[in-house]
Amino acid sequence: MKKLVLALLGTALLIAAAVAYTVSSRHDPADAEPAAPLTLSPGQLLFRDTATGRVGAVPLAEPGKKPQLSGLKCDRFAVAEQTAVCLAVQPGTLPAVTDVLVLDDHLAVRHTETLPGTPSRARVSPDGKRVYWTLFVTGDSYAETGFSTRAGLYEVDTGRLVKTIEELPVFAGDKRYFAADVNYWGITFAPDGNRFYATLGSKGKTYLVEADYRRYRGKTLRENVECPSLSPDATRIAFKKKVGEGVWRLSVLDLKTMKETALADQRSVDDQALWQDDHTVLYGLDNAVWAVPADGSGAPRKLVDGAASPAVTG
Amino acid sequence: MYIAASRTSDLAAGTDRKPALKRVSANVVALGVVSLVTDVSSEMVTAVLPLYLVLGLGLNPLQFGLLDGLYAGATAVVRVLGGHLADRWRRLKAVAGFGYGLSAVCKLGLIAAGSSVAAIGVVLAADRTGKGVRTAPRDALISLSSTPDTLGRSFGVHRALDTVGAFLGPLVAMAVLALSLGSYPSVFFTSFCVAAIAVLLLALFVRDHPGSVDRAAVSARAAFGLLKRSDFRRVTIWAALLGLVTVGDSFVYLVLQRRWEIAATFFPLLPLGTAGVYLVLAVPLGRLADRVGRWPVFLGGHVALCLALVLLCGPQAGIWLAVVALGLHGVFYAATDGVLMAAAGPLIPRDLRATGMAVVQTGQAVARMLSSVLFGLAWTLWDLRPAVLVAAVCLAAVALAAALAKPVRP
Repeated sequence: MKKLVLALLGTALLIAAAVAYTVSSRHDPADAEPAAPLTLSPGQLLFRDTATGRVGAVPLAEPGKKPQLSGLKCDRFAVAEQTAVCLAVQPGTLPAVTDVLVLDDHLAVRHTETLPGTPSRARVSPDGKRVYWTLFVTGDSYAETGFSTRAGLYEVDTGRLVKTIEELPVFAGDKRYFAADVNYWGITFAPDGNRFYATLGSKGKTYLVEADYRRYRGKTLRENVECPSLSPDATRIAFKKKVGEGVWRLSVLDLKTMKETALADQRSVDDQALWQDDHTVLYGLDNAVWAVPADGSGAPRKLVDGAASPAVTG
Repeated sequence: MYIAASRTSDLAAGTDRKPALKRVSANVVALGVVSLVTDVSSEMVTAVLPLYLVLGLGLNPLQFGLLDGLYAGATAVVRVLGGHLADRWRRLKAVAGFGYGLSAVCKLGLIAAGSSVAAIGVVLAADRTGKGVRTAPRDALISLSSTPDTLGRSFGVHRALDTVGAFLGPLVAMAVLALSLGSYPSVFFTSFCVAAIAVLLLALFVRDHPGSVDRAAVSARAAFGLLKRSDFRRVTIWAALLGLVTVGDSFVYLVLQRRWEIAATFFPLLPLGTAGVYLVLAVPLGRLADRVGRWPVFLGGHVALCLALVLLCGPQAGIWLAVVALGLHGVFYAATDGVLMAAAGPLIPRDLRATGMAVVQTGQAVARMLSSVLFGLAWTLWDLRPAVLVAAVCLAAVALAAALAKPVRP
């Protein structure tokens, strides 16, 4: 009898503690700051404020300035021309479900797609006509910790949705590449809105794939390239190169000469790089946004603390 | 006073019709409830951990998978050590309690670790150590709290209760996420509170089996000596051999997903299907094992898995075939997981029960790890379906050999 009372009392106390903790975490003091009306006017560096999850902005010329925070919460964010894309995981969904929000130049939602998975990468094509993303799709607790990626895109002007580019016919040399475990991640479009690049992962290897969107076919260009990002002049690709298990180094590949240049940051960078212009590459690392020269010279420079997923308006 | 103690008189009176839960010792039910509550706690964390690492901390999941796999092997050693110390000190409950307690504290450790990848790695390793330490003493307690002829049923009841917890965990995690507006620390804290409740229940309601201490009988030499007992050695070896040709869960679900093009949204429902069948059949198959023999039921489970694999690779791809294959996968679990412990229990002296169980479990676990490496290799070389087919043929061959060898006397 005494044991039963003890058990009930202890259980009640512990449940009360859990509920109190859970309810008290609803109030986030950082959320108190009022939302600033951000637009996609030129010369800004936008990013995800990691403390609040809100999209913030600073002038690109003065990144040290106090950022303005919008009311929009995103896990990945990207812009080009008059279009922005925000990937936001829906709270309380297991397994995760992500909202892909297509936004206009005042960050108002124009279109929403809801897809299974956890946000990983997001981009807008240079012409602002397509948004594309990569999501991690997970099994659940009973399976091993296995992940696969799913890369898809949405045509802003026609409303066409490609949930995954897994069906893209890919050629390695003259031969069509077939494998059951094909994964794609990190798409990047050329300024013409047709040519695009992506990572193809299969059988423990990764390939750079160059593809034609209208003809919908691709070919492998090179091994060991992940998360490609095409320069504004469309001549070079910044990417993360695997140098060890779980260790990546930012590099730039010249598409004409196929020559690789390692960038100055010696640390492991796990992000899809972003070209600020033809000379500088931006990326998120250790809870901050960094910039490094694209020719391998110089040193990494911290732009904004407490920030991830950089985007620049031009 | 254990309910099982009055069982013999029930039998004598010819009243062999009580519900299964009442026909097992109160200690087994108490251990089952502790496992249920603990599983709610641990499955809550497992459900949100990938999300937390990717979104909260910006880790690459592939990187995390690497981290995770690193520690899987460590538990094998810890398991034998935990079993041995429990026997040595004659403190089965205390050692199991330490394991449960350690895993509970690790939930707070996840909050304390913050965004440090190294600290998270350490916490996850400690959590797995806790799980490794507690398993053998707990199964020894279940075994020692049952009469030899109801072992299968006892393990069935325990595993069924355990599975209920696994079902509830993700639901509780979802409720906490919804209530806290997506706060992962809230999930970890609640998980800690739930785990602490389990430790409290263990302390209050589970009885130890002190027995007479014969230290000489529990020396390290005696533990190794276990493998000199031919019947125990044969069960250990056959269990490991079967483990070596067993295709891991994630691969089974992967084939199901590939062949039936199951949408990613429904993918997590596949393990729930297996768990559901396991839950329903754990007790009936445990009772069957008590009646017709534990080894035949254990092998029968492997036959079920073999049939499931054949269905998965077969020429037909109807949806009902997928359902049947998933059902057979559940039968495999219900007929093997607790039943092996029930089969091994009587072959181990009472003084060495936890050690012996740890040895059998570790042999099986190491073999399964090796199997998933080999299977992954075969998949890369030959593609998924041929690999599964080869695995099914190997499984059938080893199961047939094990049936002919009859390592356990009926």
